[in-house]
Amino acid sequence: MHDSSAVATHGLRHHFADMEQQRASATLGMWVFLVTEIMFFGGLFAAYLVYRTAHYDAWVIGSEHMNFWLGTINTVILLCSSLLVALAVHAVQVGQNRMCAIYLWIASAMGVAFLALKGIEYHAHFVEGAVPGALWKLAVPDPRAVQMFFYIYFVMTGLHALHVTIGVALLAVIGWHAARGRYSPVYYSPVHVSGLYWHFVDVVWIFLYPLLYLIAHKKA
Amino acid sequence: MAEHVVSRKTYIVVWIALMALMVLTAGLSRIDLGEWSTVVAMAIAVIKALLVILFFMHVRYEDQKITWVVVIAGFFWLGILLALSMTDYLSRGYLGVAGH
Amino acid sequence: MATIAAPAVERENYLNTDFRVRSWLLTTDHKRIGILYLLSITAMFFVGGFAATMIRLELLTPAGDLMSSDTYNKMFTIHGIVMVFFFLIPSIPATLGNFLVPMMIGARDLAFPKINLASWYMYITGAGLMMYVVLTGGVDTGWTFYVPFSSTYSNTHVIAAVVAIFIAGFSSIFTGFNFIVTIHRMRAPGMTWSRLPLFIWSHYATSVIMVLGTPVVAIALTLVALERAFHMGIFDPRLGGDPLLFQHLFWFYSHPAVYIMILPSMAVVSEVVSTFSRKRVFGYAAVALASIAIAVLGFLVWAHHMFVAGISAYAALVFSLLSYFVAVPSAIKVFNWMATMYKGSVSLATPMLYAMGFIGLFTMGGMTGLYLAALGIDVHVHDTYFVIAHFHYIMVGGAVMGYLAGIHFWWPKISGRMYPEAWGKIAAATIFIGFNLTFFPQFVLGYLGMPRRYHAYPPEFQVLNVMSTAGASILAVGYVLPLIYLLWSLRYGEVAPDNPWAATGLEWRTPSPPPTENFPETPVVTWEAYDYSSVAEVPVAR
Repeated sequence: MHDSSAVATHGLRHHFADMEQQRASATLGMWVFLVTEIMFFGGLFAAYLVYRTAHYDAWVIGSEHMNFWLGTINTVILLCSSLLVALAVHAVQVGQNRMCAIYLWIASAMGVAFLALKGIEYHAHFVEGAVPGALWKLAVPDPRAVQMFFYIYFVMTGLHALHVTIGVALLAVIGWHAARGRYSPVYYSPVHVSGLYWHFVDVVWIFLYPLLYLIAHKKA
Repeated sequence: MAEHVVSRKTYIVVWIALMALMVLTAGLSRIDLGEWSTVVAMAIAVIKALLVILFFMHVRYEDQKITWVVVIAGFFWLGILLALSMTDYLSRGYLGVAGH
Repeated sequence: MATIAAPAVERENYLNTDFRVRSWLLTTDHKRIGILYLLSITAMFFVGGFAATMIRLELLTPAGDLMSSDTYNKMFTIHGIVMVFFFLIPSIPATLGNFLVPMMIGARDLAFPKINLASWYMYITGAGLMMYVVLTGGVDTGWTFYVPFSSTYSNTHVIAAVVAIFIAGFSSIFTGFNFIVTIHRMRAPGMTWSRLPLFIWSHYATSVIMVLGTPVVAIALTLVALERAFHMGIFDPRLGGDPLLFQHLFWFYSHPAVYIMILPSMAVVSEVVSTFSRKRVFGYAAVALASIAIAVLGFLVWAHHMFVAGISAYAALVFSLLSYFVAVPSAIKVFNWMATMYKGSVSLATPMLYAMGFIGLFTMGGMTGLYLAALGIDVHVHDTYFVIAHFHYIMVGGAVMGYLAGIHFWWPKISGRMYPEAWGKIAAATIFIGFNLTFFPQFVLGYLGMPRRYHAYPPEFQVLNVMSTAGASILAVGYVLPLIYLLWSLRYGEVAPDNPWAATGLEWRTPSPPPTENFPETPVVTWEAYDYSSVAEVPVAR
């Protein structure tokens, strides 16, 4: 067993034997939670796959109405914010709480930027009439299946945006704790597990980007 | 025994690779690859996701084997959901309808 | 054997450490949260039981004379939703599992005690919302919420019911994820995987299903709610959607959910059969791995609920074949319990009676499940009382019998009092007789063609229906009996010794009821699971 007397026990909860057990539990806990999240999005990916197979042409039309550049910029934003979160973990591991906080806050701000761009996109869809239901104005072949594409688009990106919102708040709060020096190279699990959550949000977007934005351009 | 400290250089190299792959997939989407374009787009997405999971999310450095098991199980179960659902949808047309 | 006389000064334990209501409502002690769950699911059991009573009373006569068909629809829907989502799924994991998982592995608590408490509050929120639905007009879609009826045509509280289940689902995810981390990370020194009690193996498998399956039904039900709210959605054929996709997503969870109910019961039965046969479980490794195999294979069979719904015949063949595979690990378990009892020193205490009842009834439920997995037979008996009888043999004859076995077995540990043995045996016999009289006639009814979910039926089915209703009234008496004598025992029961059954688990090597921190000192495990020679050697903590 580990000699726990030698390591600092600041942040150790009563039911854990030592810091290592607590850290390993937190990491595993977040991973198991993320698996739940994979399956949560998984139901939507299944719907996407089934309907894309059935209505491929409608999917191409729908994708043509996506804003390629906003989608690409948002991808860049999320990839950069993921790098910052990774650097935040590095900073706290080497004892630089202040740097950790700055990285987390910038990443959080980038999440806000992502949401803002997403909002501009949604607004454009509303103006264009690319909203399934009564507001639908797009004159396209097979309008019903194209509406289905937009329905799935709104549900998938909406659920993703909800996760980004939670992540933005999480990173901001953890950054605040870091700035107040709550973490140390021995105890930094909250930074690490919030980072895992943010990277997961990034991974979901890595799949949403080609599945929603990049279909149309393959047409010769 | 704290967690493995990954160097900043590694993170930045991975990030450069991610950006390059993103430019690649965005560029390739403008070129007609026929049937292959979906395959290529998804392959690039999988590589990007792997880079994030292995490096940013530290799975490559994880000394707990269970983390690997959990990650693989998550995607395996997603695969079950997609694959077994598709057995239905892909084979629905095989059998003709009586009278048609 | 430990002394039976009450100690002069009561030892401090998790129950008497603090009596204030606040100390219960804000507790992070896994044992107290287990008790909170026990009280809540018992209340929900009687709500679901009330609906069942109304169903059986209506079916006493061929004419639909007690209630309208609309009311009847609401009754079986409430019965299904409450029993499945608010009783059976949390039944053993959230009560006995919560109480025992940390104790059995020698931990002070679950890995995330606050999330554990949050899980109970989510359950209560979901259950409260469901009760609101019941009291303000109910819901009539059946517990399965099939579209397009649930999304378009039903005029009842579908959205509220769906939200209630969504919230309760996440409470179940929290429980599962807590168990997985706890079992991996919190085991006492020496408690290796091959020394884990089979209770833990089964709960691990259950947790895997909770974590991987529940989010899929959560998203499927969310999509139904969205479709209802926006009058269009993903399962809407007018947009080229496929209503069967909902069934795929729903059963991806809801079939494995049956294993969420039965695996924890198998967990209890493994402990009880071994303890009351004074033998190590025959083929420990096979039983442990069978739990995992059931969890994995259980995810590969879901479309056998959809054979006549219009899925591809080829997919149906695949799912039919895969369904047979689940029978293999289930049979391994049954055979190994039998082999454990064989030449064991069997004593027929109440928990053992329930466990033996479980083995018999589960086997019948499982065998009739094989009939239903066969495509040809399923087409004939689909949506008849044959299916109803089959899954009640699993979910009541199996899961509830296991639950009652566990409640009796660990009652001395939970409450510090013995239950009255004679009454325990009477109740076990009553439930067994009442159960079979209720549900065996339903196999015949289904085979003869009586469909489920109708409040009226042709007169020739009346004799079997009267038998079933008569059985249900016996069953009801059987369920009320334990409620009465277990409550009675809290005050008047004999004071329980630390290890009344001379069982081997770590939970029996600490006082009854246990102190808040479970063990005075972290135990070090040096013996194999079910090593009965180890019981006398270890000094009983007192």
